[in-house]
Amino acid sequence: MGDIRHLINITDLSVEELKHLMETADDIIAHPEDYQNICAHKKLATLFFEPSTRTRLSFTAAMMELGGNVLGFDQAQSSSSAKGETVADTIIMAGCYADIIAMRHPKEGAPVVGAAKSSVPIINAGDGGHFHPTQTLTDLMTIHRKKGEIGNFTVGLCGDLKYGRTVHSLIEALLRYEGVKYVMIAPEELRLPAYIREKLDAAGVEWHEVTSLEDAIPELDILYMTRIQQERFPSWEEYEKLKDSFILTRSMLAPAKEDMIILHPLPRVNEIDVDVDDDPRACYFYQALMGKYIRMALILYLLGIK
Amino acid sequence: MNIDGINTGYVLDHIKAGKGIEVYHLLNLDKVDATVAIIQRATSGKYGLKDIIKIDADIPLDYDLIGYVDSKITVNYVKDRELVRKIKPEPPEVLTNVIECTNPRCITSVERGIPQRFRLVDGETRSYRCVYCDTLFREK
Repeated sequence: MGDIRHLINITDLSVEELKHLMETADDIIAHPEDYQNICAHKKLATLFFEPSTRTRLSFTAAMMELGGNVLGFDQAQSSSSAKGETVADTIIMAGCYADIIAMRHPKEGAPVVGAAKSSVPIINAGDGGHFHPTQTLTDLMTIHRKKGEIGNFTVGLCGDLKYGRTVHSLIEALLRYEGVKYVMIAPEELRLPAYIREKLDAAGVEWHEVTSLEDAIPELDILYMTRIQQERFPSWEEYEKLKDSFILTRSMLAPAKEDMIILHPLPRVNEIDVDVDDDPRACYFYQALMGKYIRMALILYLLGIK
Repeated sequence: MNIDGINTGYVLDHIKAGKGIEVYHLLNLDKVDATVAIIQRATSGKYGLKDIIKIDADIPLDYDLIGYVDSKITVNYVKDRELVRKIKPEPPEVLTNVIECTNPRCITSVERGIPQRFRLVDGETRSYRCVYCDTLFREK
């Protein structure tokens, strides 16, 4: 099983491979007709041991637009894991029926177990609070499309920087590109974990931390908002205290650059006011669309088709 | 106190004082059919106090395990009462089924039949990360 490529963490892909994926996604957007049957008779298994809307829909749409088929389940209760089946056994079984697997599991490291046993490529579609590499691919693709390059910009990461896995993965990915400056916008209680701060220091990049979103906005080329996730907090009281720390409103965008882009991994709760949606700088729904195209490129790449 | 020398076997020297019993159990020396002596709190010129284990048998030793427990340990291999070689085991790159992941959200907490596996991230501090969930384990 050594020759099969899997995607567990974003760092499993080299910068050259990321470039290739984004170029393929660009080509899919430009020439969708060239791809509409490219995965005919191929099957994607979406094994979602915990519920997800966006990620599963995105993978399903991606495979359908490539002319392939999709099978799977969207909660553990619908699978044999409810009967006590191991992840390894479920993956081996799914490999008998599908050509590629996208799996989401509440336990961290479950895709590593799956990849060790799988006869087909495994895509980690999220393992608890650990990794979510296709979200990072989505973020990179959106930046690539909107900014023309990845690098030479100032990115503000706002909200839950402590528990937010999307932020951690995005930083890890961006650290491999030149000329990125970082502004970390979070309350003291939700600042970046020490090991990520150490990574930023070790990389020698320019970065600083602030607690005011308003103060940071004028210098940003990209504003990446995140939700304060209730499920990651140890107590309800702590969540209540911090849940509305940052709310982006339309009036706050007045001093922002004309070409700043606002990203969000979704779902949002109230950290971005709906008034912002009509602003041309709001790119979070475009970002969801890019998620489909980059997943199409990823499926093709891991299947060895493109 | 007088402990006899060994004929053929090992002297594990410079074990951190107080760690001798842990090393003894990790290496399953209680199951070895040979004379094994643990000397605790011996005086050491280098480290002040140390533990020593003497094994009077030519058994296979897990050097990875010794390197993980304490990289200051020196293993002296003795044959026919002569010191044949000194070995300084290093912390191993991968540690399998020695320590357990403490993260309750790790897949190892529920999945049956998978090994507990950690990879070395810092040899100096002997820090390891779980290969599944990346939880850091650092020897105190």
